[in-house]
Amino acid sequence: MQNSEKRSMTEVHNLRDVAIIGIGETQIGELWDKSLRELGIEAGLKALKDAGLHGDEVEKLYVGNMSAGKLINQEHVAPLIADYAGISEVPSTRIESGSASGGMALAEGYKAVASGMEDIVVVGGAEKMTDVGEQEAKDILSSTADQEWETVFGATFDSLYAMMARYHMDNHGTTKDQLAQVAVKNHANAAKNPNAQYPRETSKKFVKNAPMVADPLGMFDCAPISDGGAAVVLCPAERADSFDGDPVEIVSLGQGGDHMAVHERRDIGTMKATERAAKKAYKRASVKPQDIDFAEVHDNYTITEIMAIEDLGFFEKGEGGRATEEGKTELNSDISINTSGGLKAKGRPVGAVGLNQAVEAVLQLRGEAGERQVDQPGYGLIHNIGGTGASAIVHILRRWS
Amino acid sequence: MKPKDDVGIKGYAGYVPKYRIAPKEVGDVWGKDGELMGRSLRINSKSVPSPDEDVVTISTQAAKWAMERAEIDSDEIDAIYVGSESHPYAVKPTATIVAASLAASPNLTAADYEFACKAGTAAFQTCMGLVSSGMIENGMAIGADTSQGAPGDALEFSAAAGGAAYLIGSENILARFNYTCSYTTDTPDFWRREGEKYPQHGGRFTGKPAYFKHITNCTNKLLKETGKEPGDYDYAVFHQPNGKFPMKAAKKMGFSKEQIEPGLLVTRIGNTYSGAVPLGLAATLDQAEPGDKILVTSYGSGAGSDSFDIVVTDNIEKVKEQSVPKIEEVISKEEFISYAKYAKFREKIHDGGA
Repeated sequence: MQNSEKRSMTEVHNLRDVAIIGIGETQIGELWDKSLRELGIEAGLKALKDAGLHGDEVEKLYVGNMSAGKLINQEHVAPLIADYAGISEVPSTRIESGSASGGMALAEGYKAVASGMEDIVVVGGAEKMTDVGEQEAKDILSSTADQEWETVFGATFDSLYAMMARYHMDNHGTTKDQLAQVAVKNHANAAKNPNAQYPRETSKKFVKNAPMVADPLGMFDCAPISDGGAAVVLCPAERADSFDGDPVEIVSLGQGGDHMAVHERRDIGTMKATERAAKKAYKRASVKPQDIDFAEVHDNYTITEIMAIEDLGFFEKGEGGRATEEGKTELNSDISINTSGGLKAKGRPVGAVGLNQAVEAVLQLRGEAGERQVDQPGYGLIHNIGGTGASAIVHILRRWS
Repeated sequence: MKPKDDVGIKGYAGYVPKYRIAPKEVGDVWGKDGELMGRSLRINSKSVPSPDEDVVTISTQAAKWAMERAEIDSDEIDAIYVGSESHPYAVKPTATIVAASLAASPNLTAADYEFACKAGTAAFQTCMGLVSSGMIENGMAIGADTSQGAPGDALEFSAAAGGAAYLIGSENILARFNYTCSYTTDTPDFWRREGEKYPQHGGRFTGKPAYFKHITNCTNKLLKETGKEPGDYDYAVFHQPNGKFPMKAAKKMGFSKEQIEPGLLVTRIGNTYSGAVPLGLAATLDQAEPGDKILVTSYGSGAGSDSFDIVVTDNIEKVKEQSVPKIEEVISKEEFISYAKYAKFREKIHDGGA
């Protein structure tokens, strides 16, 4: 074990290296005329086409989905999507971990291939959020907090994150301007992303003047309610060059956990689940935060991005707001954060978010991110959290060679 | 749908209750930035009916003025259709009460219509059909509402009261209906189930897949079938649930601000639902000149649109000399009230009997 830090994750665990050989993504937005199954199928077929594969070559399907049961009254969605995609015989499993469902599904797909159990695995994520009213959708998001100890007493998702923001402001001097700058940056990136729900720029003044949601978080500090899907195709890296898609390696992953209820946490200005997940992922990949060139981090609120870039080790605790204000997280600055526009502006089809992040990371590492391309990135990191931070998953990726 | 024989508007008039409430007053009660809400909806104030005003009284007043303008007697009315989504009775027609109030009973046919905000224009089409087929001489088509928004709902900033009546016939017409067409789908954007006091709505679903889809498809259908272009019209009236939607739809279809502004009353009186397009058209006719061409498209949730191609005749000149109040005269009577008074008027609070 002493030498394990010098060896790769796959060597340590006697696993196979895993590559992403295909990606697919739907438009994200209020897609009134698209159902959950259509979103899942569209993303999956695009990913298979990108890899140059056919449905009958798929050995396993994982579907990240947070709350189809509540949002569209449909459980058992993995075989539903497989069936309507014309691959009903393929084994399929839905993975749920709140808003980290997509990232967790990717982790399960990784394990299936790395372990040698399967070769060709499709990991998709899809969420249909606009079939219910906005208030109901918000209540469903809030159900990823502790129902018995938090939401039953009136706490909402927005208010719990507002408390974290207030704590961060009080303890680290983070300002509303700094929070607003997260939204401004992510909108600027989304303006260069054709799949984004809000592909347009905004200003700090506009963000700060938006109607209040839960003090200090205004409407533009919050990610939207979205429909959308995303998918990737995984295979053993040794076979990666035999497919059409330019392969990207999943170098490592790390998952972390924390108390379900926010009041159980000692320091609500830090997401321990993120710290724990990141620590494992860095160790397994033998890289340091400084080695990461770009990251897609979970920005369901502007404060969440500020906490994430600290907890992932890109900046010292308490420096996230300042770093953002100084432009250090803009495209091609110190570290490019949320080049896709993030949950804030690219959109939040909640159970698909982790896969949306993976798609962005692959585009960046392939050099196919167009106007929002990061200059010759080495390592990319994706970070997806569940609920108010009781679960978190981090993947580190790089180009396969 | 081209009418078989000449059919048009012989008389028209509108009525809007004088009470008004400002968005700020509503917002202050519910902890919302009412001024911002008003700005984003482009609604400066909305009309509120007094406790003694309902769809019957609004319809009756508008119909009386419409008859006066048409210079016809009540026994000449062969049909009355009242379109509304706030009929005072669930079972018992508004139209019979209005007919009795106008002394038009009993030799006429009458019925109530409901198609959310386009029940009034559905009544237009019915009267057009009956007149142009020669079955009746004069039909009264009314669109009126006293719509409710649930306490705290966004609808409280817009749901207003008002209506307009149109006497439709074939002789001595002020404006001719050249053409009409409809666009109808099953789209659940806004509804109120049997027994429920307040309507429910699908938030932003009421926009793109509902209002904009139907308004633009119906209007474009009319333009295509009549071979016309937006620029061929002097005026256009679109349904106006708020000030933003009709402006956006007009711009998208190639109509100018100048074409729609005369009929855009929503900024001052709010969304009068079934009364909105009939009132907007009435305000437009008030300032129209002979030969002017008007395009009208209503929208009703659920959902559908009716479009009309209208041309103003020389008879419009006589309207200018009549004493029948014009829309501007009606809506310029304003008395602003508090949310408390509004809550009492709209029966959100009740007399406890003490």
